[in-house]
Amino acid sequence: MPSYVIMEKCDGCKGQDKTACLHICPNDLMVLNKDTMKAYNRAPEMCWECYNCVKICPQQAMDVRGYADFVPMGASVVPLRGSEDIMWTVKFRNGSLKRFKFPIRTTPEGSAVPDGGWETASDDIKSPLLFTEPGSLGLSELSTIKK
Amino acid sequence: MAQYETVEVTTDLLIIGGGMAACGAAVEAAYWAKKNGLKVTVIDKAAMDRSGAVAMGLSALNMYVGIKDGENTPEDYVHYVRQDLMGISREDLVYDIARHIDGTVHLLEKWGLPIWKDENGAYVHEGRWQLMINGESYKVIVAEAAKNALATMGDDAEIYERVFIVEPLMDGDRVAGAVGFSVREEKFYVFKAKAVMPLMGGAVHVFKPRSTGEGLGRSWYPPFNSGSSAYFTLRSGCEMTCQEVRFIPVRFKDAYGPVGAWFLLFKSRATNALGGEYMVDRKEELNNWKPYGLAKPIPANLRNYLGMLDVNEGKGPLFMRTEEAMKKIIESVPEGKERKKKVKEVEAEAWEDFLDMTISQAILWAGSNIAPEEKPSEIAACEPYFIGSHSGASGAWLSGPEDLSPSDYFWGYNRMATVKGIFCAGDASGASSHKFSDGSHVEGRIAAKGALAFIMDNNTQPNVDMAQVEELKKKILNPLDLYEEHKAFSDGDVNPNFIKPMQFMFRLQKIMDEYVGGVSSSFTTNKPSLDRALELLAFLKEDSEKLGAEDVHELMRCWENVQRMWQAEAHARTILFREETRWPGYYFRADNPKMDEQNWKCFVNCRWDPGTGEWEMMKKDIIPLID
Ligand SMILES: Cc1cc2nc3c(=O)[nH]c(=O)nc-3n(C[C@H](O)[C@H](O)[C@H](O)COP(=O)(O)OP(=O)(O)OC[C@H]3O[C@@H](n4cnc5c(N)ncnc54)[C@H](O)[C@@H]3O)c2cc1C
Ligand code: SF4
Ligand code: SF4
Repeated sequence: MPSYVIMEKCDGCKGQDKTACLHICPNDLMVLNKDTMKAYNRAPEMCWECYNCVKICPQQAMDVRGYADFVPMGASVVPLRGSEDIMWTVKFRNGSLKRFKFPIRTTPEGSAVPDGGWETASDDIKSPLLFTEPGSLGLSELSTIKK
Repeated sequence: MAQYETVEVTTDLLIIGGGMAACGAAVEAAYWAKKNGLKVTVIDKAAMDRSGAVAMGLSALNMYVGIKDGENTPEDYVHYVRQDLMGISREDLVYDIARHIDGTVHLLEKWGLPIWKDENGAYVHEGRWQLMINGESYKVIVAEAAKNALATMGDDAEIYERVFIVEPLMDGDRVAGAVGFSVREEKFYVFKAKAVMPLMGGAVHVFKPRSTGEGLGRSWYPPFNSGSSAYFTLRSGCEMTCQEVRFIPVRFKDAYGPVGAWFLLFKSRATNALGGEYMVDRKEELNNWKPYGLAKPIPANLRNYLGMLDVNEGKGPLFMRTEEAMKKIIESVPEGKERKKKVKEVEAEAWEDFLDMTISQAILWAGSNIAPEEKPSEIAACEPYFIGSHSGASGAWLSGPEDLSPSDYFWGYNRMATVKGIFCAGDASGASSHKFSDGSHVEGRIAAKGALAFIMDNNTQPNVDMAQVEELKKKILNPLDLYEEHKAFSDGDVNPNFIKPMQFMFRLQKIMDEYVGGVSSSFTTNKPSLDRALELLAFLKEDSEKLGAEDVHELMRCWENVQRMWQAEAHARTILFREETRWPGYYFRADNPKMDEQNWKCFVNCRWDPGTGEWEMMKKDIIPLID
């Protein structure tokens, strides 16, 4: 189900130097048409429908339509991603609806502390201990095998 | 020549890729590099927040050993991986990941990844080794920790996003850096480094996918990993291992949604169209693959194979019996309020599994009005992929850790390839399957520490020959020049002077599909077919010099497909060399249909010699670490 841009809603991210969908697509598919200032998916057949463009678009101008070569028409799956959770609205071909809400993270955005508060027990670069170990393992030492 | 500015960047450690392994490498490297005054540079072809196989999110951490709570030991994990890979695994590498993995999982939790907990505060397991997560933002969190770690290094750390890496730079027998280009600006990048970590994932679209229309991109493995790691290590002359061990997952048909939760969490059965259960009906077949066929758990490829036998006999399609499984779960709860709650809970779990990591499956179910509690859903084998971190094993042949590895498996630095200064992890490292997302992250950490130890001992900047760089620049930008030169000749992409990357990819996929055991040849091949494939690949390789690109996006597509082609050749040569069938659900050598423990219980390694352009094939001993 490749992504597509709803022309009426897209504002080209207001002409900023980085449009959100272009920035995020892991497969470099989104392009901004500089004449119309609207984005488009340049190769829908290379789309993984990862929905990252849909989730990030500030105008909710992106959606996904099931791959035409095997998905019956009429369904939609629409995310609304906040800072703590994501809401999904699933619409079936027969019109029925399902809504789901799932947490996405337990800490404030940007706050991941690399060492998680653990220290290394050895500053020897040749030791097999990683920089948070053995604390992060919850053990007093690293497992090994007598050769 | 296309007017691209050459930008030179000098660093100590170069991490290429921004995925699970690379983010692990960055976190670990930041600590040790800062302590020792070294510089770290990270490059990703995409945006690290959402790049690689975890771009969409995941619904499980597939590797947790649980050492501190006495759940399992690293030895148990070694047994599991050895058994699943039909005896072929580097037990030192697997043990090493298993002894470190829990620490990374605990870190992920601290960073903010929601891991499911039960009422006693213990992790909820999907299966023996798998933990359930709310993983929509898994990659965002992992990238955040990596970036925060690099930020502590100030000017000594740099991140380049949207730079696509093509080739290694060499200084004699030591790696000296890498070259590539920006897919946003007209810049050709030359990265000079003392050690390089090519962590660019595995490869997809080497084989023809089942969907070739709009759904071409709906491969199980993400279409943006094109074999860049394998290409990089091959081209620098690294020895490669297990290039025959591709992975073919069985997933919900067409949209390739995950089945793990259905099999493991909901205990669902899979049956053929007649209701027969191939895992039961075909039990006898497992005798042909002993000892692995008779031990538990039954290896993934054998489970695939039994299903494929049903399909080949005309008993398809295969179904996941979701309706049965849900009925059983629901009926285990007393009628009334509690049951209603349970129904809601199971339903949410089932849909989250798709929404967290294969959203297209949710659309396919919604588009087909599927209610899993009412009717079963089709499952099928996907197409072959190269993913050394999952149930495949292809990757570079690496040194293990000093305290674990036998001398044949140890050459100075943990995770160093056979070329000095190259360090691999995740999908780039071979013969150490079943590390998955979190195991790739921790292997990236292990490898980064090894690489920095190497730099401390070899702290000189390798020499980069700028004349060689100029030549590479010309070669890499050639598709742009070729297109420019000839585009006016005909009325479009049909032009006798160049081939566009998409058609080039189709040509590769057709060769692999028909001769090297893709979907349309029922994953079956033989020597004459493989010889024919190599003949056709040789033409393709010659024609790769005629690739034409209209813009920089297509230039990237050109090189992605050249990289796929090299992965394809390594694969075909290795399948040809191994004269047996060992992983029948992944591929079948019809001319050598049996497993041969006597002669082939070994690794098959290969090496392309950058000096002569010749391929060398070799057997390597399997040295068990534990009983
Ligand atoms: C569909 C699917 C489902 C999975 N489910 C699970 C699961 O439930 N649980 C689990 O634990 N694991 C799961 N895995 C496995 C997990 O995703 C991988 O093990 C892991 O991502 C491997 O890490 P990596 O760093 O090697 O590759 P990736 O994470 O894929 O990273 C590769 C990186 O390299 C970059 N790159 C590629 N080429 C270039 C280039 N030429 N130049 C510069 N950068 C480049 C990419 O942009 C990306 O950043 C799943 C995998 C898939 C495909
Ligand atoms: S992110 Fe949305 S608004 Fe911005 S360019 Fe893309 S589609 Fe348009
Ligand atoms: S769905 Fe994913 S792959 Fe497709 S255009 Fe959007 S970001 Fe790119």
